[in-house]
Amino acid sequence: MSHADRNITGTPEALAVPARRARLQESWILLRRNRLALAGMVIFLLFFAVAVAGMFLTTGTSPALDPNLVRLQEKLRPPLSRANLNSLRPEEVPKSGVYLLGTDELGRDVFARMLQGAWVSLTVGFVAVGIAVVIGVVLGGLAGYFGRGPITVAGVLAVLLLGGAAVAAGTLPGSLRVLGVVVAVALAGVLVLLRRRRPGGLPSFLGLQILTVDMLITGLIDIMLCFPSFFLILTVVALLPASIYNIMVVIGITSWMGAARFVRAEFLSLREQDFVTAATALGVSDLRIIFRHMVPNAMAPVLVSATIGIAGAILAEAGLSFLGFGVPPPHATWGNILSDGKNYLFDAPWLTYIPGCAILVVVLSFNLFGEGLRDILNPKLRERH
Amino acid sequence: MTTLANNIILRGQGLRRYFPVRRGFLQRVMGWIKAVDGVDLKIPAARTLGLVGESGCGKSTLARLILKLDEPNEGTILYRDRDITHLSREEMKPYRRKMQIIFQDPYGSLNPRMTAGHTIEEGLRTIGLKDRDQRRRRVAELLEKVGMPAWAADRYPHEFSGGQRQRVGIARALSVEPELIICDEPVSALDVSIQAQILNLLRGLQRDLGLSYLFISHDLNVVEYMSEVVYDKHLNPYSDALFASMPVPDPAVKRIWQPLAGDVPSPFNPPPGCKFQNRCPLVEDRCRAAEIPLYQANGDHLVRCWKVLGR
Repeated sequence: MSHADRNITGTPEALAVPARRARLQESWILLRRNRLALAGMVIFLLFFAVAVAGMFLTTGTSPALDPNLVRLQEKLRPPLSRANLNSLRPEEVPKSGVYLLGTDELGRDVFARMLQGAWVSLTVGFVAVGIAVVIGVVLGGLAGYFGRGPITVAGVLAVLLLGGAAVAAGTLPGSLRVLGVVVAVALAGVLVLLRRRRPGGLPSFLGLQILTVDMLITGLIDIMLCFPSFFLILTVVALLPASIYNIMVVIGITSWMGAARFVRAEFLSLREQDFVTAATALGVSDLRIIFRHMVPNAMAPVLVSATIGIAGAILAEAGLSFLGFGVPPPHATWGNILSDGKNYLFDAPWLTYIPGCAILVVVLSFNLFGEGLRDILNPKLRERH
Repeated sequence: MTTLANNIILRGQGLRRYFPVRRGFLQRVMGWIKAVDGVDLKIPAARTLGLVGESGCGKSTLARLILKLDEPNEGTILYRDRDITHLSREEMKPYRRKMQIIFQDPYGSLNPRMTAGHTIEEGLRTIGLKDRDQRRRRVAELLEKVGMPAWAADRYPHEFSGGQRQRVGIARALSVEPELIICDEPVSALDVSIQAQILNLLRGLQRDLGLSYLFISHDLNVVEYMSEVVYDKHLNPYSDALFASMPVPDPAVKRIWQPLAGDVPSPFNPPPGCKFQNRCPLVEDRCRAAEIPLYQANGDHLVRCWKVLGR
């Protein structure tokens, strides 16, 4: 039997499978070509290591580097100056004997304070962006996947009732509170369940469609984008008790719009793809389609915007601390070191330059890494190589 | 022909799917795109029904309607005489595994982040095959059935060629043991030599598993190869023109070339009467006046043309 004959009888064309190159390895090769992105990643990893190490070195009962130890006799010493052993009690002498980055106006070790601040920046960056990405993926995914779903008068009433229940739980006294909550929740439940089971049993205006899910969510995104976000954060933080967790949450819930838009756009194009149609035709559940088929394919742009978002969050936190709305004083952050240092700009310039340069370098490295990541994860670029 | 009528796996009656065209600030409906406009069809069990048409004429929309991925505005779909037109998701479940689809584009039809094995396993999961080892074994069997080695299960789609991807797509469709497969232009994106392999594979599977096919294509040669029943006498001028446009792979054959003039009518507000009126060489006034009734020419062969009615 000749070769041509074999081919016509339905045996597959020669299985020419390319040498298997893992995705990760391919990404690494592409990353190496992009010098700026590589530099960004190296600085990013360095910053990560420094922040984690700093957290261990500056906390505990007798930390190796104490960021809060006041030595008034050693104030405003320039970087790399030696500790004056004559004027200090033995427990006040820094372990290394040198003020690596000098001291501030209270004689506190700036190196220790920078380390403590690095941990704050890192956690604020990651937690805030984590919150933003979760909100963004959920809302963007809802808008993209269930976007055509109608929101009826009944749905709005149910949500208002549940909101009312929450308010009642917070404000009404004693037994009235329980009654209010139970009545509101029960009414909301009746609205939702009855409409699903017996649509004829309720007045018809309840079924009137006023919005679609997509309209509601894209409207919300546009409204949130209208606010200058830094001032929104500033207003909210001014109203809340000063704490690092409040800042993380507030930055998170004011910066999810980018991720939501990306996810919505990706979902809209993915839901028309044949592999999603095939999964629906197989009878795969919505949840599985969303999490197995759509989210993994929609994550690339989200990852990029998250990386750049971390830089934004670090900058926002530094800005808040600089304005005095950030983490409360004894705790060091890059923003409040900078803020305290500006009064001594001419006597002790290192107090502004060191945190300022640290913020610049870290934010820049995240941005460069994020942009490099975008190029690497772009499949069109990938195929060219 | 009469024996076929008793053994119909799927029947569509008067299927219509209109898409609204919305314009302006209030998104008011300005008109309708009539993607599928009154289609009747019968798919015989264990045989192939060919569906031919120009691009954009609603072939794929019809496929989506039949699979219940989209709801028709009008008409009914009967699966083995059971009306499935308005079944809910839950009620549709047992029918999902009876009907599957193979797509045109071998690149878009597989999830780039899932291995071939995982893609095929999705179907096994939905039919309740819980045991992991059993699933893996079944995946290997299915891959073998479509002419792929078992180790292909661990490969990602970008590691396959177009024909190989198409085979994986076929294996996915087979995973739920369907009775009917809708082949939506399964070979038009492939090289001719690979087209032949895939067509032979599909024919072999039909023979071995008793599958029914709705075979959608714009390539008449392919349809002719796949379908047992090809009406040799083309009754209306449209199919005449279509068959006349088929290239003959013989340079010695001289043909009288009569290209069609005119455009395909816009699906947005199409003119009344015959859909072919703009291009028909035999067009008359009455073709533009009103809908033409469907006329039984001989046996199962139905035609919508005044010329055939002979009046």
